[in-house]
Amino acid sequence: MTLWFVFALMTVAAIFAVLLPLGRSGAAQSQGSEIAVYKDQLAEIERDLGTGLIAAPEAEAARVEISRRLLAAASEPAMAPKSSLKWRRAAAVLALTGLPMVAIGVYMPLGSPRLQDFPLAQRERGSGSGVAQSLENLVVQVEQHLEKNPTDGRGWNVLAPVLERLGRFDDAVRAYRNSLTYNGESAERRSDLGEALSAAAGGVVTAEAKAEFERAHALDADDPKANYFLGLAAEQDGRKDDAANIWRALLAKAPADAPWRSLVQSSLARVGGGTVPALSDETIAASRDMAEGDRNAMVRGMVERLATRLKQNGDDVEGWLRLVRAYLVMGDRGKAVGASADARQAVAGDAERLRQLNEGLKTLGLDG
Amino acid sequence: MIAESGHYALVLALGLALIQSVVPLIGARLHDTALMNVARSTALAQLLFVGASFMALVMLHVSSDFSVANVYENSHSMKPLLYKITGVWGNHEGSMLLWVSILALFGGLVAAFGNNLPLSLRAHVLSVQGWIASAFYLFILMTSNPFLRITSPPLEGRDLNPVLQDIGLAVHPPMLYLGYVGFSISFSFAIAALMEGRIDAAWARWVRPWTLVAWIFLTLGIAMGSYWAYYELGWGGWWFWDPVENASLMPWLAGTALLHSALVMEKRNALKVWTILLSILTFSLSLLGTFLVRSGVITSVHAFATDPTRGVFILLILCLFIGGSLALFAGRATSLKQGGLFAPISREGALVLNNLLLTVACAVVLFGTLYPLAMEMLADFKMSVGAPFYNLTFAPLFALLLFAVPFGPMLAWKRGDLLGVTQRLLAAGVASLVAIAIAWAWARGGSALAPLAIGLGVFVIAGAVTDIVERTGLVRLPFATVLNRARGLPRSAWGTTLAHAGLGVALIGIVCETTWNSEYIATMKQSDVAHVAGYDVKLDRLFQRQGPNYREMIAEFNVSRDGETLSMMTPSKRSFTTRGSSTTEAALLTRGASQLYVSLGDATAEGAIAVRIYYKPMVLLIWWGPVLMAFGGVLSLSDRRLRVGAPKPARAKQRLQPAE
Repeated sequence: MTLWFVFALMTVAAIFAVLLPLGRSGAAQSQGSEIAVYKDQLAEIERDLGTGLIAAPEAEAARVEISRRLLAAASEPAMAPKSSLKWRRAAAVLALTGLPMVAIGVYMPLGSPRLQDFPLAQRERGSGSGVAQSLENLVVQVEQHLEKNPTDGRGWNVLAPVLERLGRFDDAVRAYRNSLTYNGESAERRSDLGEALSAAAGGVVTAEAKAEFERAHALDADDPKANYFLGLAAEQDGRKDDAANIWRALLAKAPADAPWRSLVQSSLARVGGGTVPALSDETIAASRDMAEGDRNAMVRGMVERLATRLKQNGDDVEGWLRLVRAYLVMGDRGKAVGASADARQAVAGDAERLRQLNEGLKTLGLDG
Repeated sequence: MIAESGHYALVLALGLALIQSVVPLIGARLHDTALMNVARSTALAQLLFVGASFMALVMLHVSSDFSVANVYENSHSMKPLLYKITGVWGNHEGSMLLWVSILALFGGLVAAFGNNLPLSLRAHVLSVQGWIASAFYLFILMTSNPFLRITSPPLEGRDLNPVLQDIGLAVHPPMLYLGYVGFSISFSFAIAALMEGRIDAAWARWVRPWTLVAWIFLTLGIAMGSYWAYYELGWGGWWFWDPVENASLMPWLAGTALLHSALVMEKRNALKVWTILLSILTFSLSLLGTFLVRSGVITSVHAFATDPTRGVFILLILCLFIGGSLALFAGRATSLKQGGLFAPISREGALVLNNLLLTVACAVVLFGTLYPLAMEMLADFKMSVGAPFYNLTFAPLFALLLFAVPFGPMLAWKRGDLLGVTQRLLAAGVASLVAIAIAWAWARGGSALAPLAIGLGVFVIAGAVTDIVERTGLVRLPFATVLNRARGLPRSAWGTTLAHAGLGVALIGIVCETTWNSEYIATMKQSDVAHVAGYDVKLDRLFQRQGPNYREMIAEFNVSRDGETLSMMTPSKRSFTTRGSSTTEAALLTRGASQLYVSLGDATAEGAIAVRIYYKPMVLLIWWGPVLMAFGGVLSLSDRRLRVGAPKPARAKQRLQPAE
């Protein structure tokens, strides 16, 4: 209610600003004219002449010229001020009706009068700080602690994966390096560092990252992460057979309940590594007996169904991310980029969803 | 409530602007004082409402109200207070709101202090201001509304572009906008004159202070922007000829020409049509600059967001105002009375030459800016027009202009004596020759033209000083008389001298910096020492630090010369988490007018870091020049003749007469 009261006051003030001069008709206005300017110029010539800045003949010439202008200006018929009550009334009516109409007409479709202000202070008193906020605070605390005790290897160990999850890959790389320095060598740390390096490079296993995985592999030939990424490096280098061999060997040695099995299996399927033993993933299990073409067709069909569903209802951020991920896994980066653009458009109206989407896309290595 | 009140205030300002653009015009046709005075009160009320709207947005940014989309997209709760405030115009919507606020400010100033104007002229001027304001309010409300809300506010904002989180943002855009938008007043005066069909010497006198104010701010704004780019972008460059910089340079060149041609009009009632055209062109170029920067035609740090509807809308405004005003000009110009005559060698002639060179230079910049854009759009062919093009075209034009600068103020009106002026400039010429000789003897490498350019700079400065010496009669008259004459000298004469000298100062800075700077780029480890231009720069240590909304890596350098420690330099690299980007903060060590410049590159795994160290001789002169020019402008503005609403100095006349 107070808001509408404020609006009303403001409108009245605006109308008043228009009506005020209309009411004061008779008062003679002081106004400037050319004559004042020319008189001023004449005075200036006298002044310059007085201090010797210009010579007498020049002054005389200028004086003549300005006097001519002065005469011309003075001889112009002065406009007698008139007052036309009819037009004044029209202006007053315009102010009284037009102004509020324009204001309401423009404001109503654009404004959100029912929405309260929501400043930071009020938010902190209210629902309490969000999870994201507190996680960031914790990270800052740990970072400050490590600033003072940079040799605390355990601290770096804890911090590094969190930084990586927050998308701060460069900082994660630094943290893993410190962890290696203060905790000593281990295959796991080397491959974690490699993973962070390739995440920082947008998913590409760079030469630097590959060196880390090779070191990890030298330390422990069975380290699954190092093996997986070495396979990925081979795939990205275009050596698909090498990649398939590495991954097949990895799966052969893997325990049946390893959480990364399905990832390696789908990677293997991507490079055309043929059927693999001991499939645990339901979907792929169902497709065991299919020919490769059929299986691909099945996967494509699922992806297309998802795409159609999202086209009809684009609110599902998780769905969009699944779709983009599927395209990436199928090796179709163009479609993945297209889908992420569609997704952005679909959720553009909702800032919170858009933020989730952007974060998700970032972790998939598709821009930020 | 603050958000919605601010929004509503902006809408009310639109309503008032619409009334302001119609009612006073009717009043002027009917010679009705009351209707004409509506312009005044609506302009003031408009200023009040836009000001309130702007303040509301500032308050929303300060209180981190993320229920406002603009705040959510461009702010962060942990940002320091200063950047929360400057962040208001560090984005498209907010900067447009600043644009109209400044427009309303100028309108309000004309309304409040325009008592020396004829009533109908003021009504016309404010009416035209009302048109411009209406168009831009509509643009803001329809395509770039800063007050749109989010129903479920996010917890944290997306932060401001880190490059903009700098004190420069507090100064550069407001200054530049004061310049850009200030030229709207001379535009409105020109349109008003065309509509009234009356242009005379008095018109030039009335417009002059407004043009001067706009010019001063534009000069400072451009200089500030250039210095900001110099220390923030980390490459030590201060002018890149990029389209956005050109967009600000073009109105400056046209505005400078306008200042000079208005002088001829004021003194001699000549060049009237040309001056009107320049007024229109200057503001058109300002609008063009706004269009180029805001429409996303050009991608740069200035283009906060690209949105085709905005581009189309601004293009529409551009066509409407530029096309409309030029059409009006074409229709009315022939009916204007021509003014006084003058010989080619005269003050007027010199000013015409000045205008010629400035407008051609402006046209060159316009061509260099638009040609690549046109090629890209029409022929799908990417090209860039850079320094080599401007060195071949813009530089000779400006050299010619600078050579002519000392002659101008010393020539008499109507009929000048070039030979006499040359004789009086002999001392300046000698000084310049000496400077050339010294520069030649000192120079190690670099262009052979550099000493000549320095000589030109010295000639401009010495010429400006000669003018003052001549006018006060220093050297040839007794001291008391000189003092008396110096006191009697109008402040605008001092202003001219300073502004012209500023040109020479800037030129010397530019030449020294581009010809003799030295750079050192390498990867440095702890305790490594770099030798640059006689300085020893040693990397002491590298460490991390947490800032309010960023982490920074700081390198500490110990700078010494001949074994004597001078200072500590601490450049840093800041990484901003929210936007996932980083900025380089260069460290500057000022020695006289020269600077040592250190900025950091990427760190390597082994704890070493890429470092760029530059030694830039006389680099500060580049910005001292414009500051001097702006100060000259301020002096000229404070001249008693230009004081707004100055009473006729009848008493002064009597007091001064006996002095002869």
